[in-house]
Amino acid sequence: MNSEPRFRMILTTLVALILSVLPLPPWLEPARPAFLVLTVLYWSIAAPRAGGIALGWFGGLALDVFQGPVLGQHALALAFITYICVREHQKIRSKPAFQQALIVFAALTIYEFIVFAIDGWSGHPMTSPARWLHTVTSAMIWPFAAAFLTHRYGRSS
Amino acid sequence: MAAFGTGASRQLQGRGGSPGFRFTLYALLSIVVMFLDERSHWLENARYVLQAAAYPIQLAVSSPSAAVSWLQQSFATRDALQSENNRLRSQQREIEMRDMRFEALQKENAELRGLREALPPVADRWEVAEVVNVQLNSLRQRVLLNRGTSNGVFKGQAVMDEKGLLGQTLHVGPWSAEVILITDPEHAVPVEIERNGLKTIAVGAGDTASLALPYLPANADVKTGDLLVTSGLGGVFPAGYPVARVAEVRRDAVQPLAQIRATPLAHIDIDREAMLVWFREEHPAAPGTVGMTDTAKGNAKMHPLAAPARPAPDHAVGSEAGAASAATSQPTPAASLSKPKPSAPRATEPPAPRTTEPPAPRATEHASPEPAASQPAPRRKAPVAAPPAESAPESAPESPASNAAASSPPEQQ
Repeated sequence: MNSEPRFRMILTTLVALILSVLPLPPWLEPARPAFLVLTVLYWSIAAPRAGGIALGWFGGLALDVFQGPVLGQHALALAFITYICVREHQKIRSKPAFQQALIVFAALTIYEFIVFAIDGWSGHPMTSPARWLHTVTSAMIWPFAAAFLTHRYGRSS
Repeated sequence: MAAFGTGASRQLQGRGGSPGFRFTLYALLSIVVMFLDERSHWLENARYVLQAAAYPIQLAVSSPSAAVSWLQQSFATRDALQSENNRLRSQQREIEMRDMRFEALQKENAELRGLREALPPVADRWEVAEVVNVQLNSLRQRVLLNRGTSNGVFKGQAVMDEKGLLGQTLHVGPWSAEVILITDPEHAVPVEIERNGLKTIAVGAGDTASLALPYLPANADVKTGDLLVTSGLGGVFPAGYPVARVAEVRRDAVQPLAQIRATPLAHIDIDREAMLVWFREEHPAAPGTVGMTDTAKGNAKMHPLAAPARPAPDHAVGSEAGAASAATSQPTPAASLSKPKPSAPRATEPPAPRTTEPPAPRATEHASPEPAASQPAPRRKAPVAAPPAESAPESAPESPASNAAASSPPEQQ
């Protein structure tokens, strides 16, 4: 019972990583939801003890390898919002889907702000407003992503 | 979901400490990792391994589009193939004709320069790499190529296609290399305008279709349609490779600098193939050397005519000498109006110091050239283009002053 959710977790995170590097037409790219972040957030709310911060950190590190200018940047940001969600998972879990989406939006804004700040500090500034667009699209697909993950991989109870 | 309940949260404390403690650990770890990655190069090996680990995923992600293009290729119609064949054949004929001329020109060039043998071309060898169709970063202009250190690829290698410059390698893994394109906002290419040899820097504008030339004064001699070629400064790209064509020049009376956009010649967004190029290091046009290559290339037009509008005290002397020498040996006065102010004083710099110039600009250009950091390089070396006759005796005493000006460039922007 202990290893099974972890297996699912790693599998879904891997799929989310693939979704977030899948080539898209250029006009659609900035709107691509942060699939990996959503997946990690889902698991940190649904199964905080199995994955949690470690999953967030390693998922973020994978993102760094694929697309970050600095190693550890997405790892720190994702570990931080995972920490918040793990701490507050009971409160978040009891909320209806719409409020959950708002919370996810706030978490993603924090996440993107940390990434943005580290971009600036490390000398790779990227001030395009398009970088904030994915927080909105991610929040919009959160209810569907959460429902899908619950249906496919979550507990049936 | 609710099955976890309170039992889960009690267990949260049990394994590996509380979430806060674990988060602190991971935060410290990532800060250390970031610091090591950015400030020192201890993590190069780790990055290498991680890039190797990521490559299978990237290949898997790009495989559907690769399969589609393979299918398209294998089901191409006979007509399409035939027309392509005809086109290629005529293209090959054209290239052969030009190549014939090339041999003759190379010999003639060598004779003019007094070299005993014609130099081999600066490009030693090249290897065609395919673009792995993966989204690396939606806001930065990066692509992944399917060649790595196992093919001899190194960091900071020039990447081109058949039309022009594409970019340079940034992170190299064993089988893959991440390329930063010239249109990335963090990338800057030292270029010169082919028509008159005016040197400047082309900075990526962040989209696939344009480069910006932010450091040219409003009175610079730039026209729409001018070809920009690499100037060979900066230590990554050799001289003379086409980069972009000027698409738009806007001169605002209020702004001291012209706003210039250029369109890259390489097909940056649609390319499926790119060439990694190795250059002969001993060749005079090679990026590593402080080249004398363009002394013969008619850059006499670059001589300054007028004294700078706002002479800084430390190079005022030099600029007077520059104006004087320009007045004595000025072949084409009209074009010289274009010369930007900051490099005017240094046109009098004798040729000796520039050969001893440190490789600093090479280092600034390499990994992630910021415009501010790499900008001084071409300005400083702009006089290289001036013919040696220009460094007449009267300019020799001024050389310390102009060297001092050269070593403190940032305030001259």
